[in-house]
Amino acid sequence: MKAFSALLDTVVYTSSRNRKLALIADYLRAAPDPDRGWALAALTGELDFPGVKSSTIRNLMKERVDPILWTLSRDFVGDTAETASMLWPSAAAEAEEDAEPASLSETVDALAHLTRVTAPKELSKLLDRLDANGRYALIKLATGGMRIGVSARLAKTAFAQAFDVSVEAVEEYWHALDAPYAELFAWAADGGAPPDIANRPHFRPFMLAHPLEEAEVNLTDYAAEWKWDGIRVQIVKTGDQTRLYSRSGDDISASFPELLDALPMDGVLDGELLVRGTAQGGGAASFNALQQRLGRKKVSKKMLAEAPAFVRLYDALLIEGEDLRELTWTDRRTALEGLMPRLPAAQFDLSALVAARDFAGLAKIREGTREDAIEGLMLKRRDSPYIAGRKTGLWYKWKRDPLLIDCVLMYAQRGSGRRSSFYSDYTFGCWNGDPEEGAELLPVGKAYSGFTDAELKKLDKLVRQTTLNRFGPVREVERTLVFEVAFDSVHTSKRHKSGLAMRFPRIHRIRWDKPVHEADRIESLRALIRD
Amino acid sequence: MNTPSAPFSWIKPAKWGVQIVPADTWIDPSRAVDRALVTHGHADHARGGHGETVATPETLAIMALRYNTREGAVPVQYGETIRLRGGVDATFIPAGHVLGSAQILLEHAGERVVITGDYKRRADPTCAPFEVTPCDVFITEATFGLPVFAHPPIADEMAKLLTALAHQGEGSVLVGAYALGKAQRVIAELRTAGHSQTIYLHGAMEKMCRLYEEHGVELGDLKLVADHTKGEIRGSIIIAPPSALRGTWSRRLPDPATAMASGWMRVRGRARQRGVELPLIISDHADWNELTQTIIDVGPAETWITHGREEALLRWCELNQRRARALAMVGRDEDGGQDGE
Repeated sequence: MKAFSALLDTVVYTSSRNRKLALIADYLRAAPDPDRGWALAALTGELDFPGVKSSTIRNLMKERVDPILWTLSRDFVGDTAETASMLWPSAAAEAEEDAEPASLSETVDALAHLTRVTAPKELSKLLDRLDANGRYALIKLATGGMRIGVSARLAKTAFAQAFDVSVEAVEEYWHALDAPYAELFAWAADGGAPPDIANRPHFRPFMLAHPLEEAEVNLTDYAAEWKWDGIRVQIVKTGDQTRLYSRSGDDISASFPELLDALPMDGVLDGELLVRGTAQGGGAASFNALQQRLGRKKVSKKMLAEAPAFVRLYDALLIEGEDLRELTWTDRRTALEGLMPRLPAAQFDLSALVAARDFAGLAKIREGTREDAIEGLMLKRRDSPYIAGRKTGLWYKWKRDPLLIDCVLMYAQRGSGRRSSFYSDYTFGCWNGDPEEGAELLPVGKAYSGFTDAELKKLDKLVRQTTLNRFGPVREVERTLVFEVAFDSVHTSKRHKSGLAMRFPRIHRIRWDKPVHEADRIESLRALIRD
Repeated sequence: MNTPSAPFSWIKPAKWGVQIVPADTWIDPSRAVDRALVTHGHADHARGGHGETVATPETLAIMALRYNTREGAVPVQYGETIRLRGGVDATFIPAGHVLGSAQILLEHAGERVVITGDYKRRADPTCAPFEVTPCDVFITEATFGLPVFAHPPIADEMAKLLTALAHQGEGSVLVGAYALGKAQRVIAELRTAGHSQTIYLHGAMEKMCRLYEEHGVELGDLKLVADHTKGEIRGSIIIAPPSALRGTWSRRLPDPATAMASGWMRVRGRARQRGVELPLIISDHADWNELTQTIIDVGPAETWITHGREEALLRWCELNQRRARALAMVGRDEDGGQDGE
C-alpha cells in the first residue's frame, strides 16, 4: 500500500505525460503480483466495491468531525478522499503505530468483502492504520474515480511501455480479462503465452470520429451516413453468450433483454441503439424516449411493448470468426449488407447511406437534419480499416449546427479536481415574460464548458463580487451577465420548474456587453421543442 | 442628550475597512482616506494615496518602495501608544506575519479592541513574533480558516526542497514565493537549514530582499538570474514571484523543477492548477489550529472575523460557545486567489 500511495502522491503533482508514464511504468515493473494488477485496475477505473459509497466516507467523517465543518472543508477542497484523509483524527493512527500497514492486495481483498453494513467499521480500522497519504490512496481506491490526471488509456500505455508490448495488443485483450490481470502480466512481464480470449465475449474499443470543423471532404473518398440520435453500442455474440456494450465498454445487456437472443450467428457488430417511434427517420423515437430505458436493472413488459429497442447497424468487426477490421470500410459495408437478410428485422436494421452529388449537396441535406430530429451526418473514409480510437482523417462527425439562446447567469457552483475553488458550473435562466413588466427568471439549464481558463478566472471573480446568497457550494448571484448558450435540442421535462430540459448545453459566448433584460424568454425556448 | 453609546459602537466595520469613528480614522482601508492605520505592507491591506499613514517604520519603508507612499508617513514603534482624535489610543503590537507587520490595539472608553491584520504564531527569522494581547473584541483574519489547513513544521518543507535540489543534479529548483515576506522567509529558513550556496532571484524580488537586509535580516549570498548564464545557475535554487512560474521567464533556467511556497499547497488541486510539481506548504498566515488556539489564548468577549473562510471559524466559535460575527469585507484576497497569499 505504501508504494501505491507514494505513486499516487507523485503522479498527482506531475504534469508531464512522459513523466507520468515513466512513474507508472516504474511502479508496474517493481511491484509484486498481484499488487500491480490491482494498481492497474485502480488507475484504469476498473475497480468497484459495492459496499463502499462516497456517502460511507461522508458519514464516517460526520461522526468524527462537526458536519458543518466537514461540508465547508469538502466544498473548499473539492475532493472527498483528500478532505477525509486530512481530517481523519490521527490520534488513533498513532495508537496503532506498530500495526503493519496492509499490502495493496490485502486492502483490495478487505474492501471487496465489505457490505454496506460492515463497511463503516472495517474501513475505520483500515484508515487508522495509515498516514494521511495512505488514507488518501485507500479512499480513492475504495470509492473509485481517482481523478489524479491519469486516464485509463494513459495507464494502459504505461503498462505497454513498462514491458515493451504494443498498447493496441493490450487494448485488444483488456476487455476480456479481469483484475488483477494475471494472464496479462504473465504474457507481457514474464514472457508467457498471450491471453486466450477467443471464447469469451468481450468489448472491442470503438473507432471514433473527429468533428469535421471547417474541412471539406471529397465524396468519392468518403461515404456519408446519418448520425442517429441514440447511443453507440457494440453487440457481441460468442457461442451462447450475447453482450451489449456502451461506448465506454460498460455491459448494458441487462437493460435490453430483447436484443440478447436475436443474433443468429457469432459476431461483433457496431451500431446505434434506438427505440421504436416516429421522431427520427426510419421508425426511431427521440433520444428522450431511449433515455427512459437506459440504466434499468429490470425492464417491465409494458416498457418492452411500448418502447422496444433495436440496433441500427453501421459496421461489422467480426462475423462468424472472421476478423473484418483490417478490411476497408467498403468491404466491411458489403459484408454487413450481406448479413442483413439473416438478422431479425424487429431488432436490427441497416443505417442507410446518404446520397449526394457533391459536398455542397451534402451540406444542404445536413441543414434539414434538425427538422428530422437527426443529429447530423457521419463521413467515413471508404478505404479505411476499422481502427480503435480517434485517428485523424478517417471518420468525421458533422453535427447539425447547435441552437443558440441568450440566458442570464443565476447560480454558480464550485468545480472539482483541477477546478476546485473556481466557480465553474453555471445555472442560467430565461425570462417567464416581459422583464420590463416584472417577469422573473426561471432556470433552464446548467453548463460547465465552453469557456477558456482566462474566461473562467473572470467568471469566478464576477461570481465572488456579485454573490447574493450562499447555499453550501452554490452561490446565487446578481443578475448581471448574459450567456449565449449553445445546445443540441430541448425537451419537455417534469424535473425543472421551467418544464424544459436542454441537451448538451454549453457556453457559446459570454455576452459581457448585453443587458440582462435583452436575454431570451422561456417561450422562445419552448418553441424549439421537437419531442 | 447624554445617552451612553452601545458597546463598541465607536468601532465600525465597513466593506472597505474598519473605521474608528471618533478618530475619523480607518484601519487597512482599500480606498484612499484622510487618515489610515496600516497593519502591514501587503497590497490587500496597504495602498498609497492616504492623507496620513500611520504604521511601523518597516511597513512605511515597504510602502515607500511599493506604493511610493512618502507624504504623511507617521512611524510608530512596536509597543508605542499614540493618541488619536476623539480619545482613542492605538498601540502597534507584533503580528509575526511579515517584516513590520502589526496588530493594532485600540482603547477607548474602557474598551479594548485588537485587530490582527494578518498573523501567524510560528517562529519566523524575518519578523518579530506575535504577541497575545488580551482584549474585549478580537478582530481576526481567517485566511486558512478551515480544519483541513494544518501547516507542517517549516523544517520539513525545507528538507523537501533541499532533497529535490539534490535530485535535480545539474538542473535547478524554481520556487514561487510572494515577493514580500514569503521569499525572504524561505531564503532565511534555507540558511537556517544549512544551505549556504548562492540563491538566485527574479528581478522583482531584488529590492524587497535588500530592504529586509537593511532592516537586519540576513539572507546570505543573493544574485540576480538576469546577471548570470544558465551554466552558472545549475544546481541552484531560484526564487521568483508565483506569476513567473508558468511564463516564458523560466525558460532561461536550467531544467527547473517547479515548487511553490504557499499554505494553499496543502490542497492537491491547488498545486495541480498551477502546475506545481513540488508543493511546499509554507504560509505566513495562521493555520486552523493557530487561529482557534489564538482565540482561546486571547480570550475575548467577542470575536469578529474579517476575511478568509469566516464561515468555518464562526462555526468553531459557535461550537465552543464563543460570541462571534463575520464582517463582509471586500478587496481581501478571498480564497487565497491566484497570487499566493
